[in-house]
Amino acid sequence: MTAQARRIELTVNGRSRSVEVAVHHTLLEALRDDLGLTGTKECCLVGECGACTVLVDGASVDSCLMLAVEADGASLTTVEGLADGERLGRLQQAFLDTGAAQCGFCIPGQLISAEALFASTPHPTRAEIEEGLAGNLCRCAGYEQIFEAVELAARDGTPA
Amino acid sequence: MSTGGLVGGSPPRVGGIGRVTGSQAYVADIRLEDQLHVKLVALDVARARIVSIDSSAALAVPGVRLVLTAADLPDPMPRFGPQWQDRPVLAIGETHYHGEPVAAIAADTLDAAEEAARLVHVEFEELPAVFTVARALAPDAPLVQDPSLRPGDPLATTNVLREHHYGWGDIDSVAADAEVVVEGTYAFPMVTQFAIEPHAFIAAPDGDGIAIWSSIQHPSWLQRVIAGLLGLPLAKVRVFAPDPGGGFGGKQHAKYEPLVAFMALRAGRPCRLVLTLEETFQAVRRGACEVHVRTGFRRDGKLAFRDIEASYLIGAYADIADRTVGKGSYTAGGPYNTPAVRILARSVLSHTVPSTAFRGFGNPQQIWAVESNMDEAARVLGIDPVQLRLRNVAARGDDFLPGDTLADGQWAETIQKAAEMIGWGSPVPAGRGRGIAVGLKSGPTTGLSYSTVRLLADGSVVVSAGTSDMGQGARTIFAQIAAQELGAPVDWVTVVMGDTAVVPYDQQTSASRSSVLMGNAVLNACRDVQAKIRVMAARLEGVDEAGIVVDKGEVRIGERIWPLRDVLVRGLGRLGGEVIGIGEMRKEADPDHPLGGTAAFYEFNCTAVELSVDRDTGDITIHRHVTVSDVGRALNPMQVRGQDEGAAVMGLGHTLMEHYILDETGRIRNLGAIDYRIPTSMDLPVEIESAIVENGDGPGPYGAKGMSEGALLCVAPAVAAAVRDATGVSIRDLPLTPERVWRALQETPSK
Repeated sequence: MTAQARRIELTVNGRSRSVEVAVHHTLLEALRDDLGLTGTKECCLVGECGACTVLVDGASVDSCLMLAVEADGASLTTVEGLADGERLGRLQQAFLDTGAAQCGFCIPGQLISAEALFASTPHPTRAEIEEGLAGNLCRCAGYEQIFEAVELAARDGTPA
Repeated sequence: MSTGGLVGGSPPRVGGIGRVTGSQAYVADIRLEDQLHVKLVALDVARARIVSIDSSAALAVPGVRLVLTAADLPDPMPRFGPQWQDRPVLAIGETHYHGEPVAAIAADTLDAAEEAARLVHVEFEELPAVFTVARALAPDAPLVQDPSLRPGDPLATTNVLREHHYGWGDIDSVAADAEVVVEGTYAFPMVTQFAIEPHAFIAAPDGDGIAIWSSIQHPSWLQRVIAGLLGLPLAKVRVFAPDPGGGFGGKQHAKYEPLVAFMALRAGRPCRLVLTLEETFQAVRRGACEVHVRTGFRRDGKLAFRDIEASYLIGAYADIADRTVGKGSYTAGGPYNTPAVRILARSVLSHTVPSTAFRGFGNPQQIWAVESNMDEAARVLGIDPVQLRLRNVAARGDDFLPGDTLADGQWAETIQKAAEMIGWGSPVPAGRGRGIAVGLKSGPTTGLSYSTVRLLADGSVVVSAGTSDMGQGARTIFAQIAAQELGAPVDWVTVVMGDTAVVPYDQQTSASRSSVLMGNAVLNACRDVQAKIRVMAARLEGVDEAGIVVDKGEVRIGERIWPLRDVLVRGLGRLGGEVIGIGEMRKEADPDHPLGGTAAFYEFNCTAVELSVDRDTGDITIHRHVTVSDVGRALNPMQVRGQDEGAAVMGLGHTLMEHYILDETGRIRNLGAIDYRIPTSMDLPVEIESAIVENGDGPGPYGAKGMSEGALLCVAPAVAAAVRDATGVSIRDLPLTPERVWRALQETPSK
């Protein structure tokens, strides 16, 4: 392979990371393969399933649709950044409390999308939650319990 | 929400923290030293004769270590499959479905493997394919399988893999009793499991054996398959089965594990294959089906006979598809007392992706037809659809399925509860329709599960169970059982799964069996621990064992009560140690039974919906979706709800939107998430309400039955009945897409 590589600087979950990435690799590949952050999941690779959702400078992004080099200089939040040490984030705790995490594979993406929703809408209505999570497929189809988790977190938590 | 850890409470999911923090390691998250990345090479045709394969350009790609074709595998080609050993490790001579791999690359990087895969030059001749029932059964149809694969089978020269004949009574003699006969033909499409975790496989040489990582539901079965193919003792095949990210039946049986195993041994390095979502569509699907139902009724609505002929379009290899056909059809008469039933079901081979287990296991296709037929009959008879079911449904103890397990639930109670919840009988809001249907499914017919339960010196517990927790929550259930029996808090229980070198044998994770079969094995292992504690207490107190009761974490001798843990600590003494219990649960086979065994239990569900149809677009809005399941006893109500509501929404997928679209040559045109839609958060019923019936009448721990598939079984006929109620139009083909509904409305005068 003669792929070109380039070094990029990222802030990932508050920590500065400098990493060399292939210029044709996605942010998802950089996170999973170059940074070892496998919490962000890979499924459809066409931006439909939402399993790979991360926050890039606060905006939710399907990391399979963004080249890693495009994220140079950005601040990222992945599922690994939602807990404070042993203390779970309010959404994480709410997902456990309502039974929202079944097989769990879509959950990192659901959590990040819910974080993005809270950033713009701290107390979303049910319709706003459904809209906010519309890009995150759950085949266990635990949607009701996911919505309840977001509502519980909105009710209980102080906005992040 | 209950936070109790005991059975009947809903403690946080065991394994939940890993799922919300991203630390849960699925197969694709595992990285091995020196691993090679595998990419499959497939042809973009449904069927082809392979003329030649030129790997030279692929081998020239830097980093490529291996290009494997059929020629590199043992001769004769190793084949495998749970029913027939018909599936080759790689296509040999001919490809039989769109996506069947003809070669596989192993390279240092995935980039190199992908580049090399594009450079493998396959010369091939496209051949005509059969991909409909009619075409596959035509006298001049090309044979999907070489007859030599089924020596001695008279059907081997046809595309019928097998025919199943079931029934009782004599239809011809009771036909005279039938004052009303209702018949129709109903079609169910090919749909795919679409687990959000694409299947992933790793194989690595492991000393004088091999290690396999797979997102598999049946690790013990996979161990046997790999050992057989490689000629290794079972003990030299170690299967790691990390929790699957959704299975739904699609991860029951081996797919590409044999391929990566051969590659790893040849390369001498770990080989890893993670399918793309598109490749999962070409690896697993549900059997399509055409069902003709003819049902005779007396004028009062009592069933006289039912005559069913079903053709399931299975794929090019049998996988477990024929079992889904047989098992799904055996109960096709439904949960009713019917004097005469005749069922003919065919497994029809075709040049399509091998169909396999998928939640409901052959039943949803039959239930779609039979329950739609019941609803149409209610209209013809002028009898309310709920009343028609209640007039015929079996009562507990009825011999409704001669030769099998008697009706094991108060099924009428489930129907009445669903009817009550949807407001059956109350005026339907203007512009809406209501529909109701029931679903019955036979549970496992055989089973064998072992568990060990170790009570450690501090009273904490390690449970080993070979079940796969793919989201149904088996770990939590087993932890609750151990907590209940041994008096430990649930968060003091660890449940070990997914390593055949460590965890004892479990037959499989399927048929909603695990709470019942493995649950009982865990319970029995706990009872074994309790027996040993009794011996300990007798020794410590100098009394006879017979007078000692160990129950729910307590040890009682007459009026005296000790916490079990106190007896444990004293009994173990200065060296500490642990108490080890072994549990086993068998569901014996019955060789004379058509399915090889009777039902361990039945899953029973009643679903009722209220919806409206947009006459201009054909779009269906489900305003209310009620699902009620007879679960015997809910061991964890929160998980029961998750399974029931999830199954209901999955059922809405094949009801409203999901289907493979093939082109005129048999290629799948809607591979992947853009063109194949599954329900999103925007596609849900406005309200979804689940409820359970609990009479403690199941064979599982504390009276539980299996559950998890029931709420999917009859979604489609309930929705179609409501469409019929709202519009007067009967639609007998799934899915009920806006286009199909709109066309049906155009062809039928409005109600």
